[in-house]
Amino acid sequence: MATVDLKDAKKVYSSGVEAVKGVSIAIPDKELCVLVGPSGCGKSTLLRMIAGLETISSGTVAIDGKIVNAVGPAERDIAMVFQNYALYPHMKVYDNMAYGLRNRGTPKDEIDSRVRSTAKVLELSALLDRRPRELSGGQRQRVAMGRAIVRNPKVFLFDEPLSNLDAKLRGQMRVEIKNLQRTLGVTSIYVTHDQLEAMTLADILVVMNAGLVEQIGAPLDIYEAPASTFVASFIGAPPMNLLALTGGLSGPTLADGTAIGFAPADTKAATLGFRPEDADVTFNAKAPSGALVLPATVEAVEPVGAESFLHCAAGGVRIVMRVAGRAAARPGDQLRVVARAEKLHWFDKTGKRVG
Amino acid sequence: MVERTPILNFVTHLVLFIGFMLAVAPFVIVAIAASHNLKEVNDVPMPLLPGGDFWANIKTAWITAGLGPKLLNSFIFAAGVAAGKVIISALTAFSIVYFRYPGRTLIFWLIFITLMLPLEVRIVPTYAVAANVLSPYQAILDVTGLSWLIEKISGVQVSLSLGLLNSYTGLILPLIATATGTFLYRQFFLTVPDELTEAARMDGAGALRFFIDILLPLSRTNMAALGTIMFLWAWNQYLWPLLVTTDPAHATAVTELKQLIPNVGGIPEWNIAMAGTLIVMLPPLVVVVAMQRWFVRGLIATEK
Repeated sequence: MATVDLKDAKKVYSSGVEAVKGVSIAIPDKELCVLVGPSGCGKSTLLRMIAGLETISSGTVAIDGKIVNAVGPAERDIAMVFQNYALYPHMKVYDNMAYGLRNRGTPKDEIDSRVRSTAKVLELSALLDRRPRELSGGQRQRVAMGRAIVRNPKVFLFDEPLSNLDAKLRGQMRVEIKNLQRTLGVTSIYVTHDQLEAMTLADILVVMNAGLVEQIGAPLDIYEAPASTFVASFIGAPPMNLLALTGGLSGPTLADGTAIGFAPADTKAATLGFRPEDADVTFNAKAPSGALVLPATVEAVEPVGAESFLHCAAGGVRIVMRVAGRAAARPGDQLRVVARAEKLHWFDKTGKRVG
Repeated sequence: MVERTPILNFVTHLVLFIGFMLAVAPFVIVAIAASHNLKEVNDVPMPLLPGGDFWANIKTAWITAGLGPKLLNSFIFAAGVAAGKVIISALTAFSIVYFRYPGRTLIFWLIFITLMLPLEVRIVPTYAVAANVLSPYQAILDVTGLSWLIEKISGVQVSLSLGLLNSYTGLILPLIATATGTFLYRQFFLTVPDELTEAARMDGAGALRFFIDILLPLSRTNMAALGTIMFLWAWNQYLWPLLVTTDPAHATAVTELKQLIPNVGGIPEWNIAMAGTLIVMLPPLVVVVAMQRWFVRGLIATEK
């Protein structure tokens, strides 16, 4: 088992494109770290640098305290699960799992016992004689995991492993991966663009944007206190409502000129935000003091069962509200959105969190 | 274009039938001619129904041209060329697709350009090299004055010589480089997902192991297709075996056919010549029939 330490790791391609612009992350032993971000943010490149599939332009990557910049992928004692599974199409499931061990010169009977016990854990025992094309997507996914687990490596790397599965299977596999990782106690790094996967799987969540780390922390800490407008809008579905502020004569106003009615938490605040579930929707005209009150027009209602999303026009922008159960509102209704001051998030001109 | 009307059906079948007749007619004439005796085959017009001397003609042709050892020669030659081409082109394409080194693209295009230099164009220099493989080096030594220097110092006259005429090596080696095969393999290797390569790297497979364990099994159908095509191509080679094998013991079946063709003023034994032709046509036919399933799969689709 091992720690993984990145120190100012950079990746510059020969074309001059800077894919990763100096990332430092320390991942403690046995924890699952999720790298999340939009496509092109450098998260996959970073994972491949840890895997040894991409060279490291500057900075260091250390596994178990040892700097591995110059160590080949096979010698880093890591295993990777690829997005398209990358199973060897001409090999049986058994051989797919055994291949890495054979190349390492593991004795035959040990290979056999390890493959069979891993297959048992992943419920693949009945499929060992099949070829990958005779398996369903979920089964292939399991074989890819099995191939990683059977090697008993120091670190697991996952490169968007669930993105080729349908939504239901993805939910199942997510839970399974989390359980497996916890039982095996192997330090893992997991790349995804899906914020739900990121939130549910991570011990440590790393939000990346444009080659840089925006925020590192426990998933709920990040959810409750996003470090920037980017994180605020990326983590959470629907995302945080963000309203730009302009300085008026009698205090800050919203884009449509509505005064917010009280002083922001910080003088540099240029944007305010609140989560869709952190504000009340009311038809009541009476406004509590010390709260943001926004007159809003309902534009669309999305009932999803346990809750409903109200898409409203308010303060000159579109916001989304989350209400429990069936929504009483109909499109075209005028209502008020009331957000208490302590539930508001404030960001400065550059998008950094203030106050 | 899935129109189906009786008239269209008839027309398409007619076209198909005409094409088939055009393709099969020469073969039928050969078979018929091979089944007549000397008198019947020289009748004008030639009879269009088979005669009764087929096996006798086959036997005569076999003995006259000594086809037994010649067919063996042909088989070794064609199989050697096919195997050589498959191995060489797989290795070349592997290098071009999977390794990053300076001049990679240039080398690929240089190989590709050799498509414009078929054997017939470069036959004289190729023959010169086959006659003495070391002649280019001798030329270099002579031009630079090194051989003169060596002679002055050691008193030994440098005369490098290694002939490949009248040998299987001489027959096979100059023909095994193939741009077509390299290109076929390159295109196939390009369709192999990068992730597979990376997975193999993570699994501790080095370049050669990856080539043998992953790439070769995946390209089985390509190998069969290329091998079949190249076997046929080599089997049908005439000019090169004719030049390289001055000794009849090393001649191939195709070149030996000319022994059966009547000379001007000789006995017009066309029935024997045609019987010999049929024998020589047989092995490629067997190869095609045997490889057909693989062959088609290798050319039209990649195995998923």
